[in-house]
Amino acid sequence: MNAIHLHYEVDGTDFTRAGEASAAVKKALRQLGVKPDVIRKVAIALYEGEINMVIHAEGGYIDVSIDEKAISMALCDHGKGIENIDLAMKEGYSTAPDEVRSLGFGAGMGLPNMKKNTDEMRIESTVGVGTNVYMTVYL
Amino acid sequence: MTPIELAARCGFSVINEGEGTKRTVNGVYCCDLLSVVMGRAKADDLWITVMGNLNAVAVAVLSDVSCILLAEGVSMDETGIKKAEQQNVCVLATDQPVFEAAMRAAKELSL
Repeated sequence: MNAIHLHYEVDGTDFTRAGEASAAVKKALRQLGVKPDVIRKVAIALYEGEINMVIHAEGGYIDVSIDEKAISMALCDHGKGIENIDLAMKEGYSTAPDEVRSLGFGAGMGLPNMKKNTDEMRIESTVGVGTNVYMTVYL
Repeated sequence: MTPIELAARCGFSVINEGEGTKRTVNGVYCCDLLSVVMGRAKADDLWITVMGNLNAVAVAVLSDVSCILLAEGVSMDETGIKKAEQQNVCVLATDQPVFEAAMRAAKELSL
């Protein structure tokens, strides 16, 4: 199959729309006949990424490529960046504000969940410039 | 057992039927922190929570639980209900506390 490319803009001002890109990718993967457990992993990893973009970075964009071997995702933002990536990867560590916690997020599980649900994950981040997260799930 | 059948047996009310007659409930999961739910809930679980907002609906969709059960008399806000209708998510509700609702459901499901 030819590689399929999907692009989504994530609106950083609207918490209520977070999840739209993940839901759209989920639908596309289902139409392509991808296995349900793989779809679930991709959807969870992307949603966590989307939520992070809304909480910490005022939005960004997501590119997804699908070919016969893998689903590759790039999540890019121009937010404040991550000071200490090792610390951010620890379960339970969070810098999310209280209003976000009251919505049920900010448990410090976002990045660990993304890693857990993907086969490869790489974070590039520069404080004050932004963050790029690259994730791959093999088919 | 479908979520709607389970609701009838346990006395849970139906806020939105969604795919409640098409899905199967295979387990029960209780938690309110959405990222924890996404990390730990299994597909086809009955998810019991007090988080009645549209983010909970999004988490239900993405983690593939078979339905949301709002416990402790919590209701779902209007935007959440609209989202559940759009996404065909089954949403149930009960006045029972989380633990009792989970016990009741687990008993009916022979877990």
